[in-house]
Amino acid sequence: MTRSGYRRTMGLLLATALGLTAAACGSEEKPAGNESKPTAQGSAAGPVSITVNCMPPKTNKAQRATFEEDLAAFQQLNPNIKVEKATDAFPCYEPRTFEAKLAGGQLETVFYVNFPNVGRLMESGQAADITPYVGELKTFKDYNASIEIFKKDGKIYGLPTDGYGMGLVYNREVFTKAGLDPNNPPKTWADVQAAAKKIAALGPGYVGFGEYSGNNVGGWHFTASLYGRGGDVITPDGKKAAFNTPEGKAVLENLRQMRWADNSMGSKLYIDWPALMKAMAGGKMGMMVGAPDVLIGLRNDFQAKFENYAVTSLPEAKALFNGGAGYMINPKATPEQIRAGLKWIEYEFLTPGKGQLDYVRAKGANLTVGQPYPDLYGADTPSGQEVLKLRAENANVDPGQFALWVEGSKGIPAKAEPGPYAQEIYAILDTPMSAVLTRQDADIDKLLADAEAKVNALLEQKG
Amino acid sequence: MRRNVTAYGFLCGALICFAFFSWYPMIWEVVLSFQQTNFVDPPVWVGLENFVTVFEDAAFGPAWKNTVMFTVLALVFGYGVPFVVALVLNELRHARAYLRFVVYLPVMLPPAVGVLLFQWFYEPEYGLFNQVLGFFHLPALDWLNSTDTALISLVVVSTWMNLGTGTLIYLAALQTIPGELYEAAELDGAGILKRIWHVTIPQTKLILLVMLLLQIVATMQVFIEPFLLTGGGPENSTVSVVYLMYQYAFNFGNINGGNALGVMLMIVLMVFSAIYLRVSREDKS
Repeated sequence: MTRSGYRRTMGLLLATALGLTAAACGSEEKPAGNESKPTAQGSAAGPVSITVNCMPPKTNKAQRATFEEDLAAFQQLNPNIKVEKATDAFPCYEPRTFEAKLAGGQLETVFYVNFPNVGRLMESGQAADITPYVGELKTFKDYNASIEIFKKDGKIYGLPTDGYGMGLVYNREVFTKAGLDPNNPPKTWADVQAAAKKIAALGPGYVGFGEYSGNNVGGWHFTASLYGRGGDVITPDGKKAAFNTPEGKAVLENLRQMRWADNSMGSKLYIDWPALMKAMAGGKMGMMVGAPDVLIGLRNDFQAKFENYAVTSLPEAKALFNGGAGYMINPKATPEQIRAGLKWIEYEFLTPGKGQLDYVRAKGANLTVGQPYPDLYGADTPSGQEVLKLRAENANVDPGQFALWVEGSKGIPAKAEPGPYAQEIYAILDTPMSAVLTRQDADIDKLLADAEAKVNALLEQKG
Repeated sequence: MRRNVTAYGFLCGALICFAFFSWYPMIWEVVLSFQQTNFVDPPVWVGLENFVTVFEDAAFGPAWKNTVMFTVLALVFGYGVPFVVALVLNELRHARAYLRFVVYLPVMLPPAVGVLLFQWFYEPEYGLFNQVLGFFHLPALDWLNSTDTALISLVVVSTWMNLGTGTLIYLAALQTIPGELYEAAELDGAGILKRIWHVTIPQTKLILLVMLLLQIVATMQVFIEPFLLTGGGPENSTVSVVYLMYQYAFNFGNINGGNALGVMLMIVLMVFSAIYLRVSREDKS
């Protein structure tokens, strides 16, 4: 009795320890993901092995087939490079296992990362410096501003392979039902408010405008809306909070009006990314802040009626929050592995007409072609023009669903995540977001002042 | 001798498992809480810096306050309700096995499924609970959407999910009480409440105390309910210590800060574990 009871208690005690210290169970250092002998820096002579991740899962047969085809073609083209292993774990970037894999020597040589985590990985030295090698990439010079996300102190730590600016996703069918013109979606936040009111008036279950409020996604969307209004989350030097401004207040005041004065946001809280996507896919929600990839996500992952959805530019946008993802290289990789890894990224994601930019093949495989992303290259660069041409020639989705976003977003500068501590800041900003959506009497000035003090304390502590 | 070898073999197996899966991670947790590491460069000893970092976090205070509140409320409901249910089941003469099965049923559901079920129950407009309130012409509640009701809503979920285990343990204890004691009490004219007070509670005192301590240790580690139902909100009203630990380790990329929080919680829980061990020893003696 005593001993078994003791074990039970210890089991409870240790549950947290197990999870948190899995990372400590690492193995000894070795080159990332292979057993090959590195040659001298700068040499590309000897054979080199690498591992890659983010292979599409078996359930996504068409995309997996293209990926496997590319792996074979890439190795044929580069006989000195062997892709030893391609992992298909989903999601491609998993913060819960990242450090454990890194510590245990299991992190792939080439690993996927979404933009919100890039700053932190650079800050903590968990990605290799690829600056000396990027000159070897043919399309590198054509990158648009999205490459800036992977730069720190003049060095480059990764390559974006997917990028898009935020916009306003809306349901055309719901718009029509509410007597709104789906070809003329809201252009100002006042328009959004008016449209949301009409949609909510359609009856029970209809939500005019949906927004996040927890698990850091509330802060993420506050940031997107704030950027759109011309505001900033932190000062350019990254030392202070910068959102307690008229723009920040406007974001929250607008939400409060819609939630409480108009009752056009429903009463359900959307506390994580899939929650709002599910609601949008349900067909009774009118609008949400989102990038063009939301439409493809609604189609592929949430079984929404794709043709009902469209995306337009963010109302009154002065800057566009830059969402997306890219690839970084394992910091334990040898110079040869870095070179080989970059070659793979270039082949698979950055070469117009090849890999994932092979739109002829994608169309034949019934994958969506025509969505305006990845938006990687400057529009006037050779790579940018070629991608646009290939995409237009092979489009199998209605470009009209994205046209207003493309047109309305032209010339609006992209803006990156608010520094390496973006997730901590988002967690703090969840509070004002959840407050205005749950309390009619929420004091916006006080909420922003409190959040500002917390962010300032955080940034001061981080130095 | 052969018997001893077998016994030592089993003992070694258990010790290796404990050493590898329990003690080693536990020691590493403490070590990592005093280090700064990116798992690439050699770790740097930073003294109490990680503890200071989490202590200065704006969510640190609310997380502890919520955890203590959750624990207290979970004791009020989760400790008392299973005991009452066990008493009732013990008194029943018919359908006892069936009702025992029904009470235990929620435990068989995977916790995530149980929690998500309550997400539907708590849905403000069409959820079961507000429908029931509406049926009785009572005003709807905001449940998870209000800072006033979110934490108690999580306690209800936790109580429901753990009711079966507690009830069965209490029921087992109740069934060990000799029937003569109740008969004697009845002959002395004791009613049901007096029988509970003078017979049942004294006879199950130790198991009640042990369950109390185990429940404190378990409920202070509340995580899945805020993680799945509220995301720590609204306005941090349901952030728990373990939820904050998760945020540090996996969302903020600060595994050392997460470990520091883990050590703090471990120290608090060790106090209760020590009391538990003492009580268990008394029970044995």
